[in-house]
Amino acid sequence: MATTTSIAVTVNGTERSAQVEPRMLLVHFLRDELGLTGPHIGCDTSHCGACTILLNGVPIKSCTMFAVQADGQSITTVEGLTRNGDLHPVQDAFKEDHGLQCGYCTPGMMLAGAALLASNSDPSETEIRMAISGNLCRCTGYQNIVKAIQRASRAMAGNGAPERGKTEGGEA
Amino acid sequence: MITGQELGGLGCSVKRKEDARFIRGQGKYVDDVQLPNMTYLHLVRSPFAHARIERIDTSAALEIPGVLAVITGEDLAKANLSWMPTLSHDQQMVLATGKVLFQGQEVAAVVGETRFAAADGAAAVRVDYEELPVLIDPHQALEPEAPILREDREEQTNHIFHWESGDREATDRIFSEADVTISQDMLYQRCHPAPIECCACVADWDATNEKMTIWMTSQAPHAHRTVFALVAGLPEHKIRIISPDVGGGFGNKVPVYPGYVCAAVASLTLGRPVKWTEDRTGNLSSTGFARDYHMRADLAATKEGEIRALRVKTLADHGAFNAAAQPSKFPAGLYNICTGSYDLENAFVEVDGVYTNKAPGGIAYRCSFRVTEAAYLIERAVDVLADELGMDAAELRRKNFIQPDQFPYETSLGWTYDSGDYEAALDRALEIVGYEDLLREQEEKRARGEIMGIGISSFTEIVGAGPGKTFDILGLEMFDSCEVRVHPTGKVLARIGVQTQGQGHETTFAQILAEELGIPVADITVEHGDTDTAPYGLGTYASRSTPVAGAATAIAARKIRDKAKKIAAHVMEVAEEDVEWKDYAFRVKGAPDRSVSMADVAFAAYTNTPQGVEAGLEAVNYYDPPNLTFPFGTYVCVVDVDKGTGEWKVRRFVAVDDCGTVINPMIVEGQIHGGLTEGFAISAMQLIDFDENGSIIGSNFMEYLLPTAVETPTWETDQTVTPSPHHPIGAKGVGESPCVGSPAAFVNAVVDALSPFGVRHIDMPITSYKVWKALREAGVAD
Ligand code: FES
Ligand code: FES
Repeated sequence: MATTTSIAVTVNGTERSAQVEPRMLLVHFLRDELGLTGPHIGCDTSHCGACTILLNGVPIKSCTMFAVQADGQSITTVEGLTRNGDLHPVQDAFKEDHGLQCGYCTPGMMLAGAALLASNSDPSETEIRMAISGNLCRCTGYQNIVKAIQRASRAMAGNGAPERGKTEGGEA
Repeated sequence: MITGQELGGLGCSVKRKEDARFIRGQGKYVDDVQLPNMTYLHLVRSPFAHARIERIDTSAALEIPGVLAVITGEDLAKANLSWMPTLSHDQQMVLATGKVLFQGQEVAAVVGETRFAAADGAAAVRVDYEELPVLIDPHQALEPEAPILREDREEQTNHIFHWESGDREATDRIFSEADVTISQDMLYQRCHPAPIECCACVADWDATNEKMTIWMTSQAPHAHRTVFALVAGLPEHKIRIISPDVGGGFGNKVPVYPGYVCAAVASLTLGRPVKWTEDRTGNLSSTGFARDYHMRADLAATKEGEIRALRVKTLADHGAFNAAAQPSKFPAGLYNICTGSYDLENAFVEVDGVYTNKAPGGIAYRCSFRVTEAAYLIERAVDVLADELGMDAAELRRKNFIQPDQFPYETSLGWTYDSGDYEAALDRALEIVGYEDLLREQEEKRARGEIMGIGISSFTEIVGAGPGKTFDILGLEMFDSCEVRVHPTGKVLARIGVQTQGQGHETTFAQILAEELGIPVADITVEHGDTDTAPYGLGTYASRSTPVAGAATAIAARKIRDKAKKIAAHVMEVAEEDVEWKDYAFRVKGAPDRSVSMADVAFAAYTNTPQGVEAGLEAVNYYDPPNLTFPFGTYVCVVDVDKGTGEWKVRRFVAVDDCGTVINPMIVEGQIHGGLTEGFAISAMQLIDFDENGSIIGSNFMEYLLPTAVETPTWETDQTVTPSPHHPIGAKGVGESPCVGSPAAFVNAVVDALSPFGVRHIDMPITSYKVWKALREAGVAD
């Protein structure tokens, strides 16, 4: 076995330490070592954004970073968007506005959206489109993703919040 | 009384059931499957497009710590597995023996304890090649001096098949006497569906029970199980294919790929689970490409603009193996739908397939088997004719549409269209977009030297294959299935033979059942994708889920209703003839207040069965459609062109679709947004290209461009509803219409913009550079 390095990372609020090979990508660490299935892998060139996570609150592509580089830092994955069982407004809105189909780009998209709203509570459509331009989606054509982020922005401002548990048919 | 809205029945925008897991990151995709003792497989690929393999040296790889095995084509040959059948009467190498035929071809497979060990091992496999002359141009493939690519075939030629449809002589006759004819060469370029999730599998051989379980990114798990049984000789009941959540398919995940076979062989050999996950380069360079149709379209018309005949000649580049995923009697798929929405006197189509040193495929990329090529061809050709005649493109279409009273309409190439009202869709689209105003604006702009274009596409699609006697995949008739169980408390479990890759089957199929059974969507679970539990089906592609499995679902529910009616009569103590199903309940005729719900009946089916009626409430249906369905629509695209850069921007895009009865308007709209975006991508940027050495240009997302949210236009959607008369709920299918119908609208718009400068056609993808070049040649580029 190759030599390993020990790292300690805060993931979704919990301190996790591990021995990793220096060449292990952060996305593989999160998926294979920590068993988180939220970050996905869709390319080899840092283009698709399926692996997007928040590093100290900033969206980054976790395939573009080694796990050892995350030592001592704080990571949020989609699993960490839900707080005490409550969905983040972005999660509610993606469902409400049909902002996802196959769901593969969805965790990355929602994190990019959540990060945008954390720094800009009322983004324009252009700002939203720019903010998710590092995330590719093959299914939705982006239009409903944009709509969902707009809805989440309204919900976070306290008006037009999606009513929890009142979605037709499906289980929220 | 419960309403359809409360149930979440047909026509309701029910929020998707599957989203609950996806928005929490709890979707279960193949790469999320982790098994104890799992190993990893990495493929060694050919750097050359055509080369003889002189030697494969695996010794260095085997010395790397953690490498467990290296498999080569020679190893597979011993088990008779170095070749596998394709879906198109051809065979394909699993791992290369003798020579490689395209860049990126699978040459060896390395299994390691970790991803790293497997990848290190693959890098250490040494292969000596002797390069051979490369054949990239399909036209050259037929020249006498062209190298013969496929040494394994009896016929030593690069020609694969000739296929034709229609009456050549009658068509030629019309052309020889026609007032006006046009002829246009056009290339529907090679492109790739590129779902964001690449292909992957986990093969797990259980030696004790002699059972092989394969989690697999599969659009057709049952068909794949049968293929594995036939090719590997494993008993079919000892194979279980599970296609869990799939991150997009678009046709890419229909074929069986070498990675799957290697993983299964490796698991059998090692007795451990083996995971193979493809990287993006592998995905784009070796798995199912689409299109690559080199087409010529001729139209004959009267000078008044009555289109009389269509003649089509096509060269189809199939790459190294004919691995086109399509019904086996249709080498060019349903390409002869190319007469489109028009009432023609006659037509003739011929296609020749050839081998080249490119990846195999020819899959139906968001398309029902070459329908995309066909729709593009006719909608482009009609615009060329309009230009020739100096006629308005909308007017020319309107003049030639098949009229509503002509349905069922038999085309000169043999299809029977089920229903349509083409003019209604065109009118609606023109009205929404404000066509007359746009024409005026264009005239004014042209006078000022500004460039804008309007493009129309009035497409007709053909989806939902079967019937099984005409359509089969490797002999398997293209029916589809649904099995429904109503539990004693009135809750439902349904399993379907098709499989979703994002289309929302767990929701829409529950809606069909809700409508038919009067049970709320929330009380219905729909499962699919596991061959040990789901009824046999042919899978999801070619927009066949709703037309075929959707019909099976409605029929299975109606079978349940038939039986339930007997039980309802027993419960209400009336004769069966006095009971009717109305407003989602069984009611006594003439006394509608006396009623029992399906849930009441379900309880009785297990607790209080009448004499002579079997207990339980279940049904299964294998539906063989009597005909295909023919969705249609009109799309209008408005573009502005920058004279300085050649950049074209979509200002408006109006899509009026008619997919018959709509199950879930929200999901239909989402499908249309997605399909339009792919159509836009194809017309603007998607291209798998090759240099003269056969090296692929487009093997990653730096070269193979996909639109982001910034480039993607905003879509305006609307609909007309013309139900299919032969489908139990009148639905036609929609997933592919927008990708089939839209490329012509984009191209027609850009060409219309450039038409004052004598431009009649530009091949896709229409890059800014191509437009700028055309403007410069015309002397108008800034
Ligand atoms: S996996 Fe594609 S950007 Fe990270
Ligand atoms: S929902 Fe499938 S890639 Fe975005």
